[in-house]
Amino acid sequence: MLRKLFKFHGGVKPATHKDAATASPIVTPPLPARLKVPLHQSIGGTPRPLVKAGDKVLKGQRIGGADGNVSSAVHAPTSGTVLAVEPVVTAHASGLSTLSVIIEPDGEERWIERQPIDLRATPADEIRDYLRDQGVVGLGGAVFPSHLKLKASREKPTRTLVINGAECEPFITCDDMLMRERAAGIVSGIRVMRQILGAEEVIVGIEDNKPAAVDAMTLAVQTAGLDQVSVVAIPTRYPAGGAKQLIRVLTGIEVPHGARSTDYGVQCFNVGTAYAIHEALELDQPLISRIVTVAGNVGQPRNYEVLFGTPMNELVALAGELPGTDAYIMGGPMMGFRMPAFDVPVVKATNCVLVSSPSLFPPPPPEMNCIRCGECAKACPADLQPFELYWFSRAKNFGKAQEYHLFDCIECGCCSYVCPSHIRLVDYYRFAKSEIWARERDKDAADAARERFDFRNLRQEREKQEKAARLAAKAAETRAKLAGESGDDDKTTSSAKPSQAEEAKKALIAAALEKARQQKERAPVPPRNTDNLSADKQAEIDAIEARRAAARQEAE
Amino acid sequence: MNTSPYLRKTTAVNSVMLRVLIALLPAICAYAWQFGAAILVQLAISTATALFAEAAMLAARGKPARLYLTDLSAVVTAWLIALSFSPITPWWLMVTATLVAIVIAKHLYGGLGQNPFNPAMVAFCTMIVAFPALMSQWPGAGQLDFHTQLELILGGARQLDAITAATPLDALRTGLREGGADVTVPGLMAGPAFGALGGAGWEWIALGYLIGGLFLLQQRIITWHMPAAFLLALAATALLMWGMRPDRFGSPIFHLASGGTMLAAFFIVTDPVSGATTPKGKLIFAAAIGALTYVIRSFGAYPDGIAFAVLLLNICVPLIDMQTQPPVFGHKRD
Amino acid sequence: MLSALLVMTGIALVLGAALGFAAIHFKVEGDPLVEKIDSILPQTQCGQCGFPGCRPYADAIAQGEADINQCPPGGDEGVRKLADLLGREYKPLNEEHGVEKPKSVAFIDEQTCIGCTLCIQACPVDAIVGAAKQMHTIVASECTGCELCLAPCPVDCISMEPIAETVENWKWRYPVIEIKRAA
Repeated sequence: MLRKLFKFHGGVKPATHKDAATASPIVTPPLPARLKVPLHQSIGGTPRPLVKAGDKVLKGQRIGGADGNVSSAVHAPTSGTVLAVEPVVTAHASGLSTLSVIIEPDGEERWIERQPIDLRATPADEIRDYLRDQGVVGLGGAVFPSHLKLKASREKPTRTLVINGAECEPFITCDDMLMRERAAGIVSGIRVMRQILGAEEVIVGIEDNKPAAVDAMTLAVQTAGLDQVSVVAIPTRYPAGGAKQLIRVLTGIEVPHGARSTDYGVQCFNVGTAYAIHEALELDQPLISRIVTVAGNVGQPRNYEVLFGTPMNELVALAGELPGTDAYIMGGPMMGFRMPAFDVPVVKATNCVLVSSPSLFPPPPPEMNCIRCGECAKACPADLQPFELYWFSRAKNFGKAQEYHLFDCIECGCCSYVCPSHIRLVDYYRFAKSEIWARERDKDAADAARERFDFRNLRQEREKQEKAARLAAKAAETRAKLAGESGDDDKTTSSAKPSQAEEAKKALIAAALEKARQQKERAPVPPRNTDNLSADKQAEIDAIEARRAAARQEAE
Repeated sequence: MNTSPYLRKTTAVNSVMLRVLIALLPAICAYAWQFGAAILVQLAISTATALFAEAAMLAARGKPARLYLTDLSAVVTAWLIALSFSPITPWWLMVTATLVAIVIAKHLYGGLGQNPFNPAMVAFCTMIVAFPALMSQWPGAGQLDFHTQLELILGGARQLDAITAATPLDALRTGLREGGADVTVPGLMAGPAFGALGGAGWEWIALGYLIGGLFLLQQRIITWHMPAAFLLALAATALLMWGMRPDRFGSPIFHLASGGTMLAAFFIVTDPVSGATTPKGKLIFAAAIGALTYVIRSFGAYPDGIAFAVLLLNICVPLIDMQTQPPVFGHKRD
Repeated sequence: MLSALLVMTGIALVLGAALGFAAIHFKVEGDPLVEKIDSILPQTQCGQCGFPGCRPYADAIAQGEADINQCPPGGDEGVRKLADLLGREYKPLNEEHGVEKPKSVAFIDEQTCIGCTLCIQACPVDAIVGAAKQMHTIVASECTGCELCLAPCPVDCISMEPIAETVENWKWRYPVIEIKRAA
């Protein structure tokens, strides 16, 4: 099974630290006392809450409905009672809160009724909607809704389906363990995805430091009897697990930033996503849990199958948290984010809870000036010139940064890793990117406002003209009438005929007015909304009036 | 805020600089062996001056002194100055040159990493313009004992013709100019100032630089682009002229083994701060320096052309870099 | 002497003809400078600058009738951008026209609103919906935060709510250079 592999530029080889957590099998932790399930767990719109405090929910019941097509549903991870729907600090670097559903489990784990759909009889569009409502998103870390990716390009058939089992980040082993223990499920998911995409061949890329996973997957593919599916060991080099880098290594195709890989005839999914798709479609189990590696400053690094909403600190306690912990990092040491609190919930993006301590990850040495040594350019897997981007981002010269392809940066951290001046390069790119996005949002808003303002002016102008036209018409009418009354001697016979018609119309209007007047006299004056008020309502209004008067006085 | 990546490679600026210093050692040994211990005195003077100036400037600019003094970049600059100047340069000239490099060429532009010009070359050019006579006095190999050298450095009376010889490059050019039509290159090359390949003694130093340069390549501190392009361009230009008039122009081998060629190829042209950074840009930058060096050497007014060539190309770096940006991932075959 | 005069006259004629040709052939429609200024202005249409909208203010700046520091919603950054574009000296925001405030949207207290439609008429971007004697509400996504609806409201039921930071619009901060720490 020799396959020509391609190389991507750059990359680094940090120590992997993967052995400890792969020594023992995946376990399911006990149910936590509370589950805090954030509604916003994927790229795209925030799902609408479908439950309220006090509701009973079943395991797998939808609690957040997808908001539009670029969004993904959220489900109750277990059966129990909804305690509240309120903002809770979420697993995000910002430390901000998002609307979350807080569930108290009843311990019964009662499922909603499950009815797997018939994949052969269901059209692809419906399968995609179904996946959206099952909450399946990319589990490699980007949490992009999977149903959006399962769509072949209009121009080009999807030739190759790449399955990402590279798992290049140090410490993380969740995909490795998933492949070792649940290869059959992954292969089943691969078959479904291949069917929807109509892909000719499937390549599963796994870094060659995971021979057990390679064997398990090869065996599962053989058992399932799939042809044109190959399991390929690729050289271990960070970030081989980046989707673009993996596609490059396996197929030689480079998908540029901003382009859909299906336009190049290739699509890439994480092994965890393949397994989730298998569960969602063939077992009718929505995405309510995932495999999470707990590693770093713990006694027994291990993989757990964790329900979303489980507080990270409860999970870490199971692995034997060691003293000296200063933070939890969600993700690996290269691209992970420091969590704002210890009890933030595990979410769909949580592939690893890396327990940090100052001795494990010492604070970075002081930043020195860039000496343009070019180490970062040598390490950059996107072939960028990181020091130039650093320079432009630092100077807030965002136009130039974009010109030098800032948005092709995948924030893998290789440049910061090798920088001899210890510059936290990625931070500058993150800053520049979010600043540019904010500016684009502002600009779009400004353009919309300009358009609406112009339209309003146009409308007002039009209304003014219409009013003027009406007035002019009326004046002309009056003139005509006067002319008609003044007699036929000045021979304005042309106005005589319409004048008669106007006369009739006028009589009609007068009659209508009279009728309205009579009606008004008969009916009592309708009560105003300030009449007939209850006493406390009146008191409230008085209080408001008093406040207002006070405020006005103060203003004067 | 502590952000990813949380892992870091252990290399630091000072370890890079330290390896550059180590790479200079073979040439320094050859220098001391061929021309006497004066070079060690010069290295000491320039190093001390550079560290002092660096500390003073850091204090004046409110920068953490310990962090930047230990980055060793000032020491590298100091050594390059000492090695490109004559070993019998008077002490005050060496001090002034080092001050020019550190204070003006480096810190006034913003310190480490911010200088558009190579500080050592700025110092060299400033001094050769300001003190052309003193800068042209070079001893021959093994010509002076250490005592005389020390006296000269400390300001002893200079009876120039008795104690100094021209550098091989200088000898060749002035010989050709003043001697008229009947003086030829092979004739001059038979003189005592010349050795088998280039200048007597200088060949060994060049070999030292070559060894140091290979060490830097092996350590991946420099890439092959710059030295290769520089040496090839210099050799090619020399070959062109020598091929046409072998009696009027030095051979490519002579140019490669003489003057500061090897020092420049591995230690000066390769300065990352003031040089081009893209792979293609590096080739253009270094090749242009090589060609320009030959032109200044053969037709200019100064003994060696490297310093001026480097500064001229330093000016072009932003343009070169801008025009040679490598294609990024996914945009290669547009 | 005569030949010199003829040469000069000739040159003048040729250049004049070239300029005239360019003026006709390369005529720029509209005023690109006004467009550029307008694109820097935040399009709040609040009139705090003293002009009835952003575009009129842009016109006034282009004609030198207004200064560049009269736009509080554009803030300090806006002034800097204008100074950059026009090659003028930066000057701080003129406080006569107001001060820079965090971006906000209007909010109608629906308990108090009497449905008078005055705010609807005041809104420059038609971001308020409602009808006479019906409760009004703000389309928050279209509101520019101009505050023009505040003054006409007879029952003062409109307030400005700063736009909250959310996970979607959160920004990474400018990396602090911690170089002094080691000193």
